[in-house]
Formats: sequence, structure tokens, C-alpha cells
Amino acid sequence: MSVVAKNLRWGVKRKTIVSDVSLTVAPGETLGLIGPNGSGKSSLLRLLSGLRHPLSGRVEINGQDIAQVPRKALSRQIAFVQQSAATDTNVTVRDVVRLGRTPHRSALAGWSETDETAVAHALERVDMTSRRAQPWQTLSGGERQRVHIARALAQTPQVMFLDEPTNHLDIHHQIEILRMVRDLDLTSVIALHDLNLAAMFCDRIVVLEAGAVRACGTPDAVLTQAILRDVFRVTAHVSGSSDADRPHIRFSPQ
Amino acid sequence: MMASDAPEGGAVRLALFLCLSLIVLAFTVATATAIGDYNINLRTVFLSVTNELGLTGADIAPIEQSVVWNLRLSRALVAALAGAGLAICGAILQALLRNALAEPFVLGVSAGASTGAVCVIVLGIGAGGLSLSLGAFAGAFAAFALVALLSNGATSGPNHTILAGVAASQLFNALTSYIVTTSGNAQQARDVMFWLLGSFGGVRWPDVQLLLVVVIVSLGVCIWMGRALDAFTFGDEDAAALGVPVARIRLVLFGVTALLTATIVSMVGAIGFVGLVVPHAARYVVGPLHLRLLPACAVVGAVFMVIADITSRVIATQQTVPIGVVTALVGVPFFAIILYRARPQA
Repeated sequence: MSVVAKNLRWGVKRKTIVSDVSLTVAPGETLGLIGPNGSGKSSLLRLLSGLRHPLSGRVEINGQDIAQVPRKALSRQIAFVQQSAATDTNVTVRDVVRLGRTPHRSALAGWSETDETAVAHALERVDMTSRRAQPWQTLSGGERQRVHIARALAQTPQVMFLDEPTNHLDIHHQIEILRMVRDLDLTSVIALHDLNLAAMFCDRIVVLEAGAVRACGTPDAVLTQAILRDVFRVTAHVSGSSDADRPHIRFSPQ
Repeated sequence: MMASDAPEGGAVRLALFLCLSLIVLAFTVATATAIGDYNINLRTVFLSVTNELGLTGADIAPIEQSVVWNLRLSRALVAALAGAGLAICGAILQALLRNALAEPFVLGVSAGASTGAVCVIVLGIGAGGLSLSLGAFAGAFAAFALVALLSNGATSGPNHTILAGVAASQLFNALTSYIVTTSGNAQQARDVMFWLLGSFGGVRWPDVQLLLVVVIVSLGVCIWMGRALDAFTFGDEDAAALGVPVARIRLVLFGVTALLTATIVSMVGAIGFVGLVVPHAARYVVGPLHLRLLPACAVVGAVFMVIADITSRVIATQQTVPIGVVTALVGVPFFAIILYRARPQA
């Protein structure tokens, strides 16, 4: 399923946070969204997923303007994974994943075979089936994020948006989460901080600077010394890695 | 293995729990009806009720039958309904505000309703039972608005909401005291102060009927939105991402909470901590999902309040302790425990 954004503009009061962003995500593609703090990554993700409404411009998913789609219907097509969402409630892994079926169920409808299958598949996909009865509070950071992804998968979406899903995770779990997302059979847009991880796992990368698209393209086209210097204000060496067009970035200390 | 895992297993457990709780509730209501200035045995209580319902024609002293039916049973039923209503309010507020300490009393909603009701009683704005409820409702809404304004919606953390509630409580309690001391006579002041701590004295059948309707309608609305409430587990934005109409749900459920609190406060005064204690206890038994939690809260709250009412009448000889004193004696230590346990995550 394709995602197309046309001239998105959004801000609070007089401050523009997203200015005139247009982009296209092809079906099945994994798009990385990078940029310094405050460049509008999170805001753009929320506009793309319909959680916020743009002041102007529009988002189309498979050619349909999402502003015309009711929220519940939209949530059957797209899922959103926040960065480290937490709760004090004493829920189990299974309870959390079951929440993903919310947009598919009416107020008092029973638990259907389809719901059960979706939850079972989602748990299987993130390798948490054997731990479905475990209390949420006892999970590690990486496990919690896997459960959040399972919950998003239980929505059986065609597009998934992830806002820095690897925050606060160690490198092993960062790679594990991103590999999982890349291998999913759906369109995904991921906001990321780590440039090397973005280079490793994204098909294409959008660089945001002050709410606008600074560059867009394959990792080797986008992650250049000039852009790293101008946008991220770092001196870095970019070298080709063994993996064809996946650049590797080495930062210089100064 | 699937049986314990599937939601149906939970449904059976819930049904058992509800049946058991209803039996306990019936027994506590009967006990509350039997105990008083002079005790009436349970058989007489039972026969009085069946006589009034036209099911039996047993030979009971008219005075006893009248005491049971007109004074004590209506009182016990209002206590049960008030307990159920406050527990539902607590469960809803805890879910919507994602704060284990949220309940109408802590958030100042009860204080707001008191101020509204006192305006009607002392200042004589409007007249009659309906305007008392309306005054309480307006006060409850004013308190909600103030708390929302002070905690500034979703941008602030859960702790801000409680602090805003403290401020609202203080403000409305001060307003109430001001109105009573400047405008009321000594008798009114004494009445109001007693009523502010909660009292089931003086409630009659029309109160039971009104409260029954309000509690049943509110419970129905809340259960209807129960699944949406579950989606608030990870916050407002998460709920929106799951397709829940967040703004509408919040508006409707805050409205229901204000209505319930206002109705209860205008009838029996501001009784604290029931909405805090009961949902936590119920969650412990039936789990956090609202389709199960809300009915469980209603029956457990009812039992809790009737027992509190019995306690308030027998704890001191020849005296009725205000019901709010009893619930606070149970509720405050409970509050401390939750506060202590919630600390590391904050």
C-alpha cells in the first residue's frame, strides 16, 4: 500500500513545525525518517498516520485522502507504534496484543476466530507466543517494544508508522527490532536517530531539517558528508560497506 | 490450556464472582436493615419486605414493617447504589487519567458538587429537590473544568492532575465554608457540616428510585464504552491510533462521572475514598479489562458502602459517625499504599 503526502504543513500557534513536506512511500517499502532533534520527525509521522490534522496539504493512502476516512476504519489499515509507551496497569502480554483488535470490534462484540488468529500470528511474529501470559511490568525494554509491534500487527495493517522504536534499547535489540520491521510484509515509515541503523535497514531515507525535506533517496545518495555537516553539524567519513549501497558513517571527534 | 487463556474463562469467573457478590450484597443489605436503634431479626426483615411487595401476608407489627420498609431498607439501598456509583466513577477516572489515585473526592469533583449544593440550600438559588441536584451537577462540572484547566489537558503528567485536584478541593471547600459562615444560620451550618462528611440519614424511596436510574444508565454507558477505555492503557494518543474517538469518549465519560458524583453528593454528601479503594480491589480479582471491571466495581462498591454504613452506626454507642469518617479511615491507609507503590514509576 502506498503512502503519498502532498504539501503537508503543520504548526502550533505561529511556530511552523512541518513546512511543505511532500513524499511518497512505495508499497512494501521501508522508509527512514532522520533529522536532528526538533526537526519535525515525530510531528510528520503523526500527520502521516492521521493522529494530527495538517493545516494544509493532505495524506493519501492507496490513493484515498485519509481525512475522509473515519478514525476507526483508518486504524484497520494503519498502525502507529510510539516510542516506549508505558502503563501502570497490571496487564499481560496477551491483553496488550488484544488491544490491537480494538478497531475491528464493535462495542460489545465477542472475541471472534479472526481476532484470535490475528493475535496468535502477531505474537508468533515477534516470538512472544510462549510468554503471552507474562505480566507487562516484568518485561524488559526490548520485549515491551516487541509487544507493541505485535499489538500493531494485530491491527492487521497495511502500513506501519514507528516513532523511534529503538530508543533506550541496547544495540542487539535495536538491530533485532529493525530487522523484524524490515522483514514485515508491509509498508513502513520509521523515525530513527541512529544514522547507521537507518542506512542498514531502510530502503530509502528522508532527511528533515527544520520541518522541511532536505534530502530524499537511497541511503548512499542521502547520507553524504555534506548533508551530515549541514544538517547534523558533525564531521563524518562515509564509506561504502560490504553490503552494496549501504554506506557506513564514522564520526570524527571534535 | 486454551480454557484458562481464552476470554470465556474470564467470563465464567466474572459470572461466579458477580453471583457471589450479589449474595453477599443481599445479606449485608438485610443486616443493615436489621441493625438500628432497636434490632429487628432477619426473619422479620425478610417478611416485611415480602409483605410490602405483596408476596406474603405475614403478621408483622406495623411499626416494625414501617421501620424496615420506609426507613432502613431505603437507606441501605441508597448506600449500596452510592457505593456502586462512586466505585464506577473511580474506575472511569483512573482509566481516563491513567492515574491510580484518581477518584471524584481526590480530584475535587465531590467538593465542587458540595459547593453547588450548598449554594442551593443556603443561598436559596432555585428550590426543590431537582434544583439541589442541578446545583451539585453545576458544581461538579465547574470542578472538572478547573482541574482540566489547571492540569492543562494531555500535555502534563499524571501527577499534575492530582495536584490540580488538591487545588480544586481546597478552593471549593473554602467556598463552601465561606458561603455557610457568611450566609447560613447556626442550624444550617451544623446541617451542612454533617452532610459534607456524608450521611445516609433522611433518604427515602424517591432517592432510591432516582439513584437507581442514574446508576444503571451510567453503568450501561460505561460498559458500552468499556472496550474504548481499555484502549487508553497506553495513553490518549495510543487510544486514537487504535481507532478510538478520544475526545468524544472523554467528554461523555467525564459527563457521566460528573452526573453520578453530583447525584450522590446532593443526596448523601461528599463521601471519599470509595472510588479509590474499590476499583483497585476489584481489579485484583477480575483483572484490568473494563467490561469485567465495571460490573465488579459496582457490586463491590455497593457491599463496601453498606458495610461502611453499618460500621458507622455501631462503632460508637448511641451515636452515628459520619459515613465519610469510616470510608476515610479505610481509604487513607489504602491511598498511602498506592502512593508508595506508584512511586518508582513516577
